Parts: sequence; C-alpha cells; structure tokens
Amino acid sequence: MKLSGFFWLVMGWAIVLTAIALLHAAAQAGFVIAGIGLQAAGLVVVFRAHFLPPGDKT
Amino acid sequence: MTPATAPPIPELTSILCLLFILLVPFAVAGLALISTGLGRSRSAAHMMLSCLLVFGVGAIVFFAFGFAWQGYAGRPGHAVSIGGKPWDLIAAEPFFWRGLKLDGSPAALAALLGMMSAGLAAVIPLGSGGGRWRLRSAGASTAILAGITYPLFAHWAWGGGWLSQLGATYGFGMGFIDAGGALPIHAVGGVTALAITWLLAPRNGKYTNDRQPLALPGHNAIYVLLGCFFAWVGWIGLDCAGAILYQGAEASRSVLIAANATLGAAGAMLAAACITSLRYGKPDASVAGNSFVGGLVATSAGCAVMPPFAALVVGLVAGTLVTFSIEWFELHFTIDDPGGSIPSHLLCGLWGCVAVAIFGQAPGAGNMAGQWVAQLAGIATLLGFTFPLSYGLNWLLDRYYPMRVRPDGERQGMDLFELGTGAYPDFMRHNDD
Repeated sequence: MKLSGFFWLVMGWAIVLTAIALLHAAAQAGFVIAGIGLQAAGLVVVFRAHFLPPGDKT
Repeated sequence: MTPATAPPIPELTSILCLLFILLVPFAVAGLALISTGLGRSRSAAHMMLSCLLVFGVGAIVFFAFGFAWQGYAGRPGHAVSIGGKPWDLIAAEPFFWRGLKLDGSPAALAALLGMMSAGLAAVIPLGSGGGRWRLRSAGASTAILAGITYPLFAHWAWGGGWLSQLGATYGFGMGFIDAGGALPIHAVGGVTALAITWLLAPRNGKYTNDRQPLALPGHNAIYVLLGCFFAWVGWIGLDCAGAILYQGAEASRSVLIAANATLGAAGAMLAAACITSLRYGKPDASVAGNSFVGGLVATSAGCAVMPPFAALVVGLVAGTLVTFSIEWFELHFTIDDPGGSIPSHLLCGLWGCVAVAIFGQAPGAGNMAGQWVAQLAGIATLLGFTFPLSYGLNWLLDRYYPMRVRPDGERQGMDLFELGTGAYPDFMRHNDD
C-alpha cells in the first residue's frame, strides 16, 4: 500500500512534467491538474498506509 | 523568477544582502527554542544539542557537496533538451567550493545563504522526531537532506534550474517563484519531518490501545514564544536575502518584504489565538507559536511580489490551517509531531506557494495566469520527487542504523540516556514528566 501510494505520487509528477514538456498550451492546464489530482490520491493512500494499527501504542 | 544569468548586484546591495544572511541563524535559534519548549523537560538539552549538531552537519555537507549540486544562475550546470527546450537538472560546480571566489559576488553570497538554508531545513524534522530520535541518526539523516534532497530542489527553484526557467522557456508567468524558501527550505524540511515521524512511530504513551491520542504537553511555553521572536528576525533576513539573490529584487524592496513577513506572522498568530479562544475559552500558546511560524513560512514564497494586504490574508489562512491541521494530524492520522513542524512548515509552505499564484503582482510579470502552472509544477515536484526520495533514503538509513532510541532511553529521557546529564539538574522531576 505504501509503495503504491508513492508510485502514484511519482506518476502524478511524471504527468505534470510530460504535460509541460510535450503538450500544447490548450491541453497543459488540464493534464497538470490531473497530475496533481493523482498525487492527492497517492497522498491519501500513503497516509492510510501509515495509520497506527489498533492496539499498537507506539 | 530566477534569470538564466545572474543579476548584477550593486556593491551596497551586496553588503546589505550579507547583513540579511547573517540574520538567518536567528531563524535556526528560533526553531530550536520552539522545538525544545514543545518537547519534554527530560529531553530539552538533547533537543538543543541536536539542533546545533544538525545545523553544523548541514553546513558542512552543503559546503562539501550541496553547493556543487545547487549552484547559482549563470554558472555551470547539466541540462538536457526536451522538445528543443533546455531543462537544467543539476549544477556542475566543483566540490568544497573550489573555484568559488568568496567575495561579495552573487554566487558567493548564494553559497553562504545556501549553507545557512541547508542548516535551517535540517532543524525542521527535529521538532517532529523530538523525544525519540537518536542524535547520531539525526546527524546522518541531515547529511541526506543537506547533501541530496535540499540542493536538488534548490537548484531547480533557485540555481537556474528548470523550475525557475518555466517562464523563460514555456511562458508560464515568471517561472517558479519562491524568494524565501517556502518550498525549497520549509516544505523540503516538512516532507522530511513527515517521513521521520512515520519511520520513528509515535512516542510511548502518546496513543491508547484504541488509537486515542493523549496530551503530552510541552514543558516551556516561554521558550516557544521567545523562539517566535527569534524566528521573526531570522525570517526577515532570509526573505530579503533570497529576494535579492534569487529574484533580482532591488534593495529597496526589503521594506515591503519585512512588512509582509510581519503581517503574515501577525495574521497567523491572531487567527490561531482567536480560533483556540473560541473553541477552548482561552488562547493556546503552543498553537499560536506554531501558527506564527506558519505565517512566516507561508509569506516567504511571495514576500517580494505580494502587497501587504495579501500577506495579511495569507497569514490568516496559514494560522487557520495550522490550528486545525495540528488536531487532524494527531487525532485522525495518528501522527505524533510534538514540534508541529508538519503543519507549520509543510502545509504552510504549500499554501504559500499557491498564494503566489493568487496574489502575486510583480512588476513586468507578464502572463500571471501561467504562474499557476509554474507553482503547481513546484508542488508536484516536491510531492513526486523530493518526498519519495527523502522517505526512501531515510527508510534505508533506519534499516541499517536505527533512528529510534531504545525503550529504556525514551523512558529515562534523551538527556540522561544520550548525554548523561539533564537540562535542569536542580529541578524536581515529576512522575508524569
């Protein structure tokens, strides 16, 4: 779960970079937002993966 | 906006810039006091020594390797061409500042500011790992931050790297703007703090069996609030020096920058004091202190391009963000962050970066609509590159050189366990401390 969350973060960044480098101006903003959205989902996954399990006090 | 070539700086401005850089250690002292005050008394000397030690390690590592990869606009760098446009990825300076003339040149001043900034960024995760992070592994983790994660991001944002050139190469506003280091210093320190918090796990006794957090209050509110005063002075120096060196701001803009930093911090603390008063009947000193720092962080990105009223709004939002996120992180995300570094440095750094696109009004800015893309690219880079890299490297470090102190050390207190003496030998120890 941790790994997949970090994978989404990296993939979101890759989408943003690709949009900036290779797409024309009209499509860029949409793909940048999509990349950030994917990163937001990745953050949710990473945070959930680090929740303290019940019964673990440390 | 980092020009492709270094902006010329008049001699008087260089002197002023040097004086601003010399204020930055006050920011480090401020954060050290805040982290110490928010920690427990049995780990107070350990925290102070850790702050001094990681600042030292950060400065040495930056001197050895960091500046070689951060560089400065107009100096050698490695670039690739994508779609016929250059993407400057990493600087190509010699190690140990060889060949760098230590005069009043912009590159020399940038190297000095970078050394201070690397040390400042290294102090940020200490607040999150307070009470359980071993001194030696904190030093080793700092080497990763000051030698790899910080200089790479700083090159992209400040050293003539691809983020700073998004305006020149693709027409996105002025390129990525962050004069005072909201992302390169504070958010990079903040993502490292988040990684460290997860790797260390919460302090013993912080959570009950059913994941309910227990209050482990800081031991000295005076340190926390005094630290805010120090941080304020240091931030003004950091913001002014950064704006002059990395954005080519004229020295006269320092008045606006100092006013913005002050208004941002004041607004954030006011917001926190009002919200905690409304919710709990009395203002909370630790939340107000963290919010003060959050306001300084949030305004640092756009300190040279925002009008004062906007800085006040940015500060008010930052204070609100810190106040609620401290509770959310502790209650819902089971993150034990005694120093509040993650809300005040990471979240407010991200907010400050976005605020530039909302409120930025730089002279000759051109297409400010494109500024959104440049700022979002900076955030995406932090989350998609710096965060996974920092987590991965610190995870590796923890695997081979455990970060967390042994349980008996945590129970005894970091002062006695790692230093052999307490911070307050004449004070009576309480059972719950």
